[in-house]
Amino acid sequence: MTALQKKEHNPVAHLTRDDIEALGKELDAVRADVLEARGASDAAYIRKVIKTQRGLEMGSRALLLGSRWKSAFVIGTIGLTVSKVLENMEIGHNVMHGQWDWMRDSKIHSTTWEWDNASPADLWKHSHNELHHTYTNVLGRDNDLGYGIMRVDEDQPWTPFYLGQPVWNFVNACFFEYGIAAYDLELGKYFIGRKDKAVFKRDAKKVVNKIRAQVTKDYVVHPALALLTGSARRTLIANYTANLGRNLWTHSVIMCGHFPEGVETFTKTSIKGETRGDWYLRQMIGSANIHGSKAMHIATGNLSFQIEHHLFPDLPSNRYSEIAPKVRDICERYGLQYTSGSLPRQVGSAWMKVIRLSLPNHLAARLKRQKRRTPVVPTALPSQQPASATPTAA
Amino acid sequence: MTASAHTRTPSREAPSGRGTWRTHAFRLVKAATTPLLPEDYVDLFDPLRTTSQLRGRVVSISHETADAVTVTIRPGRSWRGHRPGQYTRIGVDVDGVRLWRAYSITSGPTSGHDTDGCIAITVKAISGGAVSTHLVESLRTGQVVQLEQADGEFVLPEALPSKMLLLTGGSGITPVMGILRHTINRLDDVVLLHSAPRPEDVIFAAELRTLAANGRISLQERHTDVHGMLDTAELDELVPDWRERETFACGPAGMLEALETHWETADLADLLHTERFRPALAEPGNGGTVHFTGLDRDVECDGAQPILDAGEEAGVLMPSGCRMGICFGCVLPLREGSVRDLRTGETTTASPGDGVLVQTCISAAAGRCDIDL
Repeated sequence: MTALQKKEHNPVAHLTRDDIEALGKELDAVRADVLEARGASDAAYIRKVIKTQRGLEMGSRALLLGSRWKSAFVIGTIGLTVSKVLENMEIGHNVMHGQWDWMRDSKIHSTTWEWDNASPADLWKHSHNELHHTYTNVLGRDNDLGYGIMRVDEDQPWTPFYLGQPVWNFVNACFFEYGIAAYDLELGKYFIGRKDKAVFKRDAKKVVNKIRAQVTKDYVVHPALALLTGSARRTLIANYTANLGRNLWTHSVIMCGHFPEGVETFTKTSIKGETRGDWYLRQMIGSANIHGSKAMHIATGNLSFQIEHHLFPDLPSNRYSEIAPKVRDICERYGLQYTSGSLPRQVGSAWMKVIRLSLPNHLAARLKRQKRRTPVVPTALPSQQPASATPTAA
Repeated sequence: MTASAHTRTPSREAPSGRGTWRTHAFRLVKAATTPLLPEDYVDLFDPLRTTSQLRGRVVSISHETADAVTVTIRPGRSWRGHRPGQYTRIGVDVDGVRLWRAYSITSGPTSGHDTDGCIAITVKAISGGAVSTHLVESLRTGQVVQLEQADGEFVLPEALPSKMLLLTGGSGITPVMGILRHTINRLDDVVLLHSAPRPEDVIFAAELRTLAANGRISLQERHTDVHGMLDTAELDELVPDWRERETFACGPAGMLEALETHWETADLADLLHTERFRPALAEPGNGGTVHFTGLDRDVECDGAQPILDAGEEAGVLMPSGCRMGICFGCVLPLREGSVRDLRTGETTTASPGDGVLVQTCISAAAGRCDIDL
C-alpha cells in the first residue's frame, strides 16, 4: 500500500479496512467537539496574541531608535525577534491556514492576511496549504520533503549533489524566508523548464515586490529613522539579527515537523482512492510533535502539535494542546506511533537525518541509527474487539 | 437635504500643497509598517480613528421596553452622517463570530448625545435572533462595534408632504421616530397609526404620547393582543382621508405586503413608501439553485454535492485547491442564502450584503443562494 511496505516493520499492517474507517470516525468526533466549543474565548485569544505582538513590535522598534545605548539595543533586538517569531508562527501561519476565518473578521482572515516574510501570502498558501497539507510526505508530490534540495528519506534517490546537503541546510536556515519565497515561487521547477513562464513571471513580480518592501522596511526606513539619535547602524544590525533569529527558529521548528526519525513517507500510488480515514492515518504517522513549555508551544505557532495540526489544519491553534491527549490515546489504542520529543532532541534527530542521508543508503546504513523504536502494540483495536462490536469483521 | 446630512470626510486624496506633503508622509509611514498598515497599529490605541473600517463606540444603553433598548454610539472619524429614516448596518461579535444586521437610526438632532455627533439605534430582542438578543442582553457601554455608512431610501422627500400617514408595527416605529425627531417642527398634519401587542410594548411610548398630547401628531395606538391585527379594510374608518396622505410604513413583512396590495388596488402605489428590516430568510433546505452573481448564471445543486463540483460540471471556472476543506483556496463570498457544510451538516446563512466567505469544496447549497463569482 505505501512506501511503508518496503520497511521491515510496516507500522499500519495490523489495521484492517474497518479499523481505518473507525479511526477516521473517532478523529472526526474530536474535530466536531472543538467546532462545538469554539467561540468567544478563542476569538479573544487570537486578538490578544495579535495585540501583544503588535505592541511588542512597536515597543521594540521604539527602543531601537535609541539603540546607541546598549541596553536599548539588546532589549529592542530580543523584543523584535520574539515579535517576528510570533507574527510568522502563531499568527501568520495559522491565520493563513484559515484557522480564524470562522470569526468573519475581515482583518483576521486567510484571504486578506499578509505576513512579515519574504514570501507573498498567496504563493505561500498555495504551496503550503494546498500542496504540502494535501500530499503530506508523499514522495514526489510533497515538495516540503527536503524542499527539493535535500534528501530526507531513504526512498529519495541519491545523487552526489546531496553530499553537500548539511551545508545547504544550514545556509537555508540562515536565509529561510528567502528559501521559502524561492520554494513557493517554484524556482527549481522553473529552471528545469516545468513551470509555465507567464505564471512564473507574474509570481516572480509579486515576490520581488514583497522582498523589496520587506528589505526597505527593515534595512532602510527604520535605520534611517534612527539616524536622528545616531543609532542607524545598530538598528540595522538589530533588524538583521531579528530576521536571522526568526529564520533559524522557524527553520528548526519546521524541520521538526516531518524530518525526525520515526516519521513515515508514502509513494504516489499509495494515495489513490484514499479515504478520509487513510488520509488521517497518513497525517498522523507522517508528522512529529515537540514537547515542552507553553511558551515554546506558542513560539512554534503550536506547530509543536504538528500531528494535531496536520490532522486538523483549520482548527484554531490554541485548541491543539487540548486535543493532543485524545489524539495520543487514539494512537495508543490503534497501535500507531505518536512521535514526540523535546526540542533539542527533535532538532538533533532531524539534523542527523540530513547528515546521514547525504550519503547513499548503503553508507548511511553504516552510520549509527537512532535506537530502533519498539513496535507499538495496539491496546484496543476495533477489529480485535469481541465479536459483538463489529459484526462486519471478515 | 435634512439637518444632519453633514459630511466630515477628510479629503485624503487632495492632490496639491499640504496634500502632497501628507501623501509622502503617509507613504513613509506605510513603508515602516508593511505588510501591515499604519492604522493597524493605531487601532491598538484608538479603533475609531481608522478611515478604512468604520467603527463606533457604545456610549450608553437605555431600556425602552422590557425587550428593547436604545444604543447610543459614537461613530468613528469617517462617519458621513445620515438622513432621518435611514439605517446603518452594525456588526457585533456573537460567540466570536461577526454578525451584521441593519437597524434604523432613531436619534434626533438634539436629543441625548446627538449634539456631539453620536447616533442611536433602537433594538428589540427577537426570540432566536442572535444579533438582537446580543445587543439587548450582552452589549456593554464602552464596547466597540463595526458600522457601515448610513443607507436607505426611507426618507422624506425634499418638499415635505403637507399631509402624512405613518403606519408602523412593533419595532417598525424606529425609522419613523428618527424622522419625527428631526422633522416634526416642519410637519403640519401627521397621523401615526402604530400597532404593538400591548401598551407596555410600545417603544417610545412616552415621547409619542407627549407629541400627541401637544397636538403635534395624531396618534392611534393599536394593541393587537386586544384589538387584533390591523386590517386594511379598517383604514377608511380609522383614517378617512388616507388616500390623500403621503404614507410611510414600516413593520412586519405580512403587514407591508397587505398595505402594498391595498394601495395598489386603490391605484395609489406612488403615495406609499415602505421599509423592510430584513427580507424573510428562507429556511435552509436541501440543495437548491446557486446563482453566481458576477457571471449571472444559475446552477442547480443537489444537497449532497459540493458547490465547487456542481459549478465545474456546469462549466464555471471556479477557484479550487485541496478539495477536502483544508486549504481555503476555494472560498467565495456567499452573498445571500444558505449553504450546508457537508462534513458537519451545519448550515451557514447570509443576509443580503453579508458576503460570508464559504469553502465551496465542502459546502452544498441549502436552498437558493447567491455566490459572488
